[in-house]
Amino acid sequence: MSNDGVDVSKRQFLTLAATAASAVGVGLATIPFVSAMQPSAKAQAAGGPVEVDISQLEPGQLIRVKWRGKPVWVLRRTPESLAALGSLNPELRDPMSDESLQPESAHNEVRSLKPEIWVAVGLCTHLGCVPSYRPEVAPADLGPDWKGGFFCPCHGSRFDLAGRVYKGVPAPTNLEIPAHRYLSDTRLLIGEEIEST
Amino acid sequence: MKKVLLPLFFWMLPLWAGAVEGPKLDSVSLDVYDQTSLRRGARLYADYCLGCHSMKYQRYSRMAHDLGMSENEVKKDFLHGDGKITDVMKVSLKKSLGEKWFGVTPPDLSLIVRARGADWVYTYLRSFYQDPKRSNGDNNQVFKDVAMPNALWELQGIRRAVYAADGETVARLDTVQKGRLTAKEFDSAVADLVNFMAYVAEPAQLERSHYGKYVLLYLLILAVLFYHLKKEYWRDVEGPSE
Amino acid sequence: MQKRIAASLLAWIDDRFPLTKLWNEHLAKYYAPKNFNFWYFFGSLALVVLVSQLLTGIWLTMHYKPSAALAFDSVEYIMRDVDWGWLIRYLHSTGASAFFIVVYLHMFRGLLYGSFKKPRELVWLIGMAMYLALMAEAFMGYLLPWGQMSYWGAQVITSLFGAIPVIGDDLMQWIRGDYLVSDATLNRFFALHVVAVPLVLVLLVVLHIMALHQVGSNNPDGIEIKKKKNRAGVPLDGIPFHPYYTVKDLFGVVVFLLIFCWAVFYAPEMGGMFLEHPNFMPADAFKTPEHIAPVWYFTPFYSVLRAVPDKLGGVIAMGAAIFLLFLLPWLDRCQVRSVRYRGILFKSALTLFVVSFLGLGYLGTQPVTPEATLFARLFSLLYFAFFLLMPLYTRWDKTLPEPERLTLSPPLRQRQEWYWRLLIRGVDAALASEATQRARAFGEQILYRLKKYISSP
Repeated sequence: MSNDGVDVSKRQFLTLAATAASAVGVGLATIPFVSAMQPSAKAQAAGGPVEVDISQLEPGQLIRVKWRGKPVWVLRRTPESLAALGSLNPELRDPMSDESLQPESAHNEVRSLKPEIWVAVGLCTHLGCVPSYRPEVAPADLGPDWKGGFFCPCHGSRFDLAGRVYKGVPAPTNLEIPAHRYLSDTRLLIGEEIEST
Repeated sequence: MKKVLLPLFFWMLPLWAGAVEGPKLDSVSLDVYDQTSLRRGARLYADYCLGCHSMKYQRYSRMAHDLGMSENEVKKDFLHGDGKITDVMKVSLKKSLGEKWFGVTPPDLSLIVRARGADWVYTYLRSFYQDPKRSNGDNNQVFKDVAMPNALWELQGIRRAVYAADGETVARLDTVQKGRLTAKEFDSAVADLVNFMAYVAEPAQLERSHYGKYVLLYLLILAVLFYHLKKEYWRDVEGPSE
Repeated sequence: MQKRIAASLLAWIDDRFPLTKLWNEHLAKYYAPKNFNFWYFFGSLALVVLVSQLLTGIWLTMHYKPSAALAFDSVEYIMRDVDWGWLIRYLHSTGASAFFIVVYLHMFRGLLYGSFKKPRELVWLIGMAMYLALMAEAFMGYLLPWGQMSYWGAQVITSLFGAIPVIGDDLMQWIRGDYLVSDATLNRFFALHVVAVPLVLVLLVVLHIMALHQVGSNNPDGIEIKKKKNRAGVPLDGIPFHPYYTVKDLFGVVVFLLIFCWAVFYAPEMGGMFLEHPNFMPADAFKTPEHIAPVWYFTPFYSVLRAVPDKLGGVIAMGAAIFLLFLLPWLDRCQVRSVRYRGILFKSALTLFVVSFLGLGYLGTQPVTPEATLFARLFSLLYFAFFLLMPLYTRWDKTLPEPERLTLSPPLRQRQEWYWRLLIRGVDAALASEATQRARAFGEQILYRLKKYISSP
């Protein structure tokens, strides 16, 4: 075996080129394996938008629907509760919802597309329990200043009727508002903001 | 001699697999990349088959994408406003009713072309004839005493069997009522239908060859690289060559 | 600076784990014969296929459901709804067939060059154990899609155990976990296929390589390179495995991948040989398919089974056909290892064996007819004769004198054999073609620009 005339630089170049080309191939080969772990078409179908008929929804009435396995609330707010929202701002952690999750179209004080219909994910932003709907004003357990809202029984977090979280409670942010849009005055589509083709 | 046999064996493997007995089959040439043909086939399927035969592995949304139709078009023509675009092609025919009417539940047809072959399905759909002896009124030259009646009689027309001397074997089929399509048009329509069914049997075939050529090209380049790398290092062993 | 960090890191590891020792013993200072040819690619290829099957298998298990009610649907779910699921499935199904092609060629190399002979009997026995494990793995894996062929193939093969006298029926029930092949069988085959047998296979691979490295590799001339060493103790005809065979095997892997990926992307069913047509229908306990045939890699032994008119006799014959392979090191009484220096008796016997094995394989895919049975019986006899008469014809054979040193083949371009001439002609035609000229010009352009970019300040 001879080692004379070994072109070391040629070997180095070829080794480098082969290694680089292989690395590209290996990198590309990981794509199918990584993608296969993403939600499948079946999961995406099950997680598709949910249509809700709100024609029978009375003022003050809250209905629950399931979207992506999560409870979603649709509430028709009374004019009085809407009016009271502004006065609560000093007691809220994030009154303008700058730290909280909602679509752009619901990034306002009432946190909805239409003021009277409010849509939110019914899971406390602390550790995920389902808060209770407490629309009554000044009940005994919630105190005289309670103007209506949601009370989470797990660790005592409180939210107003726009889902905004009070100060001094464990929950860090306002209730999440999911993407949604109106198919008509009586039909609401939860899970989709812009129409898909 | 052994050096001849091994490569010969492997080369002939796919040929041997095609050993066929049974009725002679007409061959159909399919092009699953022909979206117009697939769309015609899909419409035929919806009109004549979907009443009884589900395609429970095929989603409407995928069909829309692969056949070049908009989701609204599919919702209108196939879903008739009922159900979601991501639903699979199910039928409303209850299993018990299917068994009552036909004696056996009409099978799901998602994979039929992969199970039986395109030629079989193509010949089968065109081989029905009227048989008064049977409860469903029809028989089939490819699938004797099949429970299915001729779903395509409107298009093909009705044919009656003329028996040979023994009274059993079918000598030829005579047309007793013309269908809406000529024989050639009917063959073309069934080809579209089988094309659609071939697509449903394996939607991934559209992607397979697309990616395949890039993979093979890449591997070819890699092979050239590694060949030179091997040759370079092996100059130590074999001495400089060429 | 980086070199020093690397060196001290290596020293830290070496103090706690024999990394450099293993690297030297098994790669950089493992001296392999310098004349490895085409037949020596298949060991490393088998390892590549094993890794591929393990990876794709794990990913399939993320989506597959091992219950009779859901299995078939879950496979179609993988093919359609899981992103790239179709590719992972085809890699696994094609990989199964590729595994057997590679393993059969690997075993054939052993027959050609006497790699099973002393002192490598254990290498051969461990390899045979792997072959058994692989067949079990493939058989159990094939039940998982729960198609017609899966179900009925399992029904037939598990009922073979019922042929064993006295304990047969109880044994059959115990294997199935039920009175017939059912959900219970599927679930346990899944557990064995995904966990138990892969562990056994990986363990056997380690033992196989350890046993091989203990004695050193055989070679196409069948002579021991360790007999002639230089003053440093390095075999004169040996070369370090790394870098020479690592680089050669890598090239082999790429060529293999070219053929493998062609099958995966363009012919995953391979005419019904890799994915059988009846398996696209869900299992139906009340309807047997017209032809039950095992997958192609089992057909030789299936043929032997069918050739014997008695159920138990067939089972024994089939078992014997596999068992005889284990005895090979002791059946062969020839002093010479490689077919290159053996006599006409062995060469004829080996040829007849190959013809019989291929013939049995083909017949196993076909339905039973009187003519086919005649041939199956003839081929079975020849197959058994290869082993049972071996102690005689290998002793009587007139061998050629073995060389003292390895004989090296001339460079590929100068080989005279018809298949090399064909390959050379094909390669030359491809190299002269328009496409290659353009690709070469393009490649040179890139190289030129790269060199300029690297050498510029």
